[in-house]
Amino acid sequence: MQKPAAREKFKPLASEPAPIGLIGPIGWVRANLFNGWFNSFLTIICVAFLGVIIPPFCSWMFFDAVWFGDSETCRAASGACWTFIGHKLQVFLIGPYPTSEIWRPAAAAVLLAALILATTLRLGNKYFLVILWLLYPCAAYFLINGGWFLPRVDQSRWGGLMLSIGLALVGILVSVPLGILLALGRRSRIIAVKSLCVGIIEPIRGVPLITILFMASVMMPLFLPEHLQINNMLRVQIGIILFSSAYMAEVVRGGLQAVPRGQIEAATALGLNYWKMNYLVVIPQALRNVLPSLIGRCIALFKDTSLVIIVGLLDFLGAAKAAAQDSNWLGYDAEAYVFCALIYWVICFGMSRYGRSIEARTTVHH
Amino acid sequence: MQRKFLNLFIQAGVAGAVAFVSWTLFQNTQANLEARNIASGFDFMSVESGLPINDSLLPYEPSDTYGYAFFIGVLNTLYVSLLGIFAATAIGVLIGCARVSSNWLVSRLAAVYVEILRNVPLLLTLFFTYVVVLASLPHPRASLNPFTGIFINNRGFYLPAPVPYAGFWCVTAAVLLSFLMIFIISRVSKRKRDETGKGLPTLMIGASLLVAVPSLTWILSAPVVDFEFAVLKGFNFRGGLVLRPEFSALMIGLVLYTAAFIAENVRSGIQSVNKGQVEAAKALGVKSSLTMRRIILPQALRVSIPATTNDYTSLVKNSSLAVAIGYPDMVSVGGTIIGQNDQAIEIIGLWMAVYLAINLVVSAIMNWLNAKVQVVER
Amino acid sequence: MADPSKHAPRCIIEGVRLKLSIQTETTQSAKKERDVIIALSGVNKWFGSFHVLKNINLSVLRGERIVICGPSGSGKSTLVRCINGLEEHQRGSITVDGTLLTSKQKGIEKIRQEVGMVFQNFNLFPHMSVLQNLTFAPIWVRKMPKKQAEELAMHYLARVQIDDQADKYPGQLSGGQQQRVAIARALCMNPDILLFDEPTSALDPEMVKEVLDVMVELAQENITMICVTHEMGFARTVADRIIFMEEGEIVEASDPESFFTNPRYDRTLDFLNQIL
Repeated sequence: MQKPAAREKFKPLASEPAPIGLIGPIGWVRANLFNGWFNSFLTIICVAFLGVIIPPFCSWMFFDAVWFGDSETCRAASGACWTFIGHKLQVFLIGPYPTSEIWRPAAAAVLLAALILATTLRLGNKYFLVILWLLYPCAAYFLINGGWFLPRVDQSRWGGLMLSIGLALVGILVSVPLGILLALGRRSRIIAVKSLCVGIIEPIRGVPLITILFMASVMMPLFLPEHLQINNMLRVQIGIILFSSAYMAEVVRGGLQAVPRGQIEAATALGLNYWKMNYLVVIPQALRNVLPSLIGRCIALFKDTSLVIIVGLLDFLGAAKAAAQDSNWLGYDAEAYVFCALIYWVICFGMSRYGRSIEARTTVHH
Repeated sequence: MQRKFLNLFIQAGVAGAVAFVSWTLFQNTQANLEARNIASGFDFMSVESGLPINDSLLPYEPSDTYGYAFFIGVLNTLYVSLLGIFAATAIGVLIGCARVSSNWLVSRLAAVYVEILRNVPLLLTLFFTYVVVLASLPHPRASLNPFTGIFINNRGFYLPAPVPYAGFWCVTAAVLLSFLMIFIISRVSKRKRDETGKGLPTLMIGASLLVAVPSLTWILSAPVVDFEFAVLKGFNFRGGLVLRPEFSALMIGLVLYTAAFIAENVRSGIQSVNKGQVEAAKALGVKSSLTMRRIILPQALRVSIPATTNDYTSLVKNSSLAVAIGYPDMVSVGGTIIGQNDQAIEIIGLWMAVYLAINLVVSAIMNWLNAKVQVVER
Repeated sequence: MADPSKHAPRCIIEGVRLKLSIQTETTQSAKKERDVIIALSGVNKWFGSFHVLKNINLSVLRGERIVICGPSGSGKSTLVRCINGLEEHQRGSITVDGTLLTSKQKGIEKIRQEVGMVFQNFNLFPHMSVLQNLTFAPIWVRKMPKKQAEELAMHYLARVQIDDQADKYPGQLSGGQQQRVAIARALCMNPDILLFDEPTSALDPEMVKEVLDVMVELAQENITMICVTHEMGFARTVADRIIFMEEGEIVEASDPESFFTNPRYDRTLDFLNQIL
């Protein structure tokens, strides 16, 4: 730089506010709803469609609905009868469980709520939470079933949302480890083990859940000797576990394939045997890879439990259907199913949101 | 050496365990079947069924055999699956494109649709459609009559049944011929464009052919088709083409449910294409319709097809939910047979065989499609 | 400086409607009065409420080579993208080769056929081979016969020294090779104007030179070039004018000599001290 003299000072222009048609609500509407004649046309059609659907739905659901009263008030009104739901709430939630012992499923529900809160808020040690989750079904089973000092309640009296959640929870907790084992076995180089795992996974994945449930419910009594018969609910639970394990196995297999070869080589070089290597190095990475798909499978499993009505169990959907058949409260199927759908939606959507938050947290950024 | 021995030992162990378990199960089953007086084998297939099936593709009477009844069920499963796959794909693609639309309202509505249907069990949707929507239709005597010959009531959708004359087959042949001509013209157009740069207006020619050729044949070979209208006789309609409420509920539920998943696949496919490529195409002066056809779609399909294969096989398997609302598909009919003669093993075995066969065919077709759209990567 | 490899293929593409001016090196000395090919007048643009381009006034002469530099976020890429309509300006006017840039699709498409663009991330079409990438626009937009388009493509591939990779797919090429293909793809439309949006910023250092060499060689043609770049060596060699932008406005625009040795404003000096 030869010239030591000062340079001219640059006078920058001030930022001007954007023109009115560009920002704020008007700008947003122009950009998102009316940019181009085709989009404008679509917007008008959608608004018309909403205008036709939303008002009658809202008046049925809220404004004309009956929130208090009895069967008579409901019949007289044109809106939804939510007193029906209130009346039948116990059946929806716990099925034909005896009212005198209602504190027991309630206690199990409170424990579950606490566990969910702790997990979503990430309180406490990770491994401690996992142990709690594994112990919970035992505690819940004891509470609901009875034995020892609590009077027994037969499994034919279990039902409602409690049964759906129970079947799904036990299904998830058992089918994930089982799925991992199947996935490892499928990747094994020992032909017999590999064929056995493929022979289990592929047929199960190729048939509908209903066939598996029929197999469990109708065929299993034929396979077992007389003295080893188990009750229907346990058979159905086993069927659900088998079905879910096959799908979990495929998801985990995808995760195992994504673990770089170098990891296995490094672990072997460090002297870890097959099981230690898998347990400490391979499986944690595989699971992290496919956590979103795993959670998707869990959500699917929860939805699939609704099928047990076909083999005679009264789960949440089954209880809704049964409640709508009550001769005192006929004709309120819509309310029953809408309520059922709402609860299912909240639970499934909640799970998928949780899954997405985990995904966001654990994504390895390269 | 030691490793080889260990492997062999494990192989033998596993094989032995499987053999032992199978043998035990077999023995138990024999004993149980005898104790409960349940027959074995497929002899029951030639026994008269006495089952009422009110929705079948081929003519069926309760005096037909169990075997024929089961076959009708299998046909119904295939029918629902095929129709379902086509309808779900069409609706799913539409909603998937709506999801990525620049119109906020359209994309939000599509998102609401997808989120509702994906998070509610299919069985619930089926029950709701069957019990609430279809049951709220009027009695046959007060049917909805939107167009002549079309009646909608709680016994089903009644449409005029087409009765074909000889001319019908001529017109069908003409339609096929038009498609062939369109195919040939598109080839000729491509060759012409390669040589001179300007192709033929295939769209216009194709549309006109599709209208003109069958119409001409129709006029020349009348009479072509007659319609048998459904007529109200007493409390019910007779004649015509009827879509039963069970069938309708199953189709509506299956198609809407699967379409939601296919829409997500379409969305992720389209969004997987880098925005920069669209900009590069724009900068080259390429029209957006051409960009969609030649740049976005080929790449989107590569992502969408594997995922959609899963959805198709799911649809086939979900058709088994027909048993819950009374549509006579394979599981429904089989379940009734089990209820009558307890031969669960045979029926369940048949179910598994048919579903596995359908799965193999669908997977094979989709894998072929998938292979055709692969990109050469480094 | 007459390069036989450049002239021979030109005979082949003579039949094509070329808009590239055929001033050869010999007529270079008899420089006529050059006309304005791009005129930006009072151009303002907002992203939401953020004022990204403030009152831009710029006239580009036909055949001029312009380099735009400045700190990140100064609006240089946005300015260049406004010229071929990839971004829409809210106030002011942009005229490209006599056509006013409005929101009318016909006008925009006409302009885009005459303006080529090279992107920072190459943006090649991965499902098409290199040759197909180049022939795509000539065939579908200029309605060129396939054979002719392929000859045109091979000519430009040879020009960027990559004709042996014609049947490879972009995923099989290195970054530098991909960018050279991208430049050839833009050239196949015979543009009057070439826009470069940081063409070497995404490349590994050893590949920057091969791309810059191609751009230097291109600059010897009479094609109008507007290049957003941080490569000051290239700017010094090639540019007729260097424009320095900061915070959405043009601070200084001068020829390379004055720009580097005697910048007018303090801001420019600060910037130069940072990058040199």
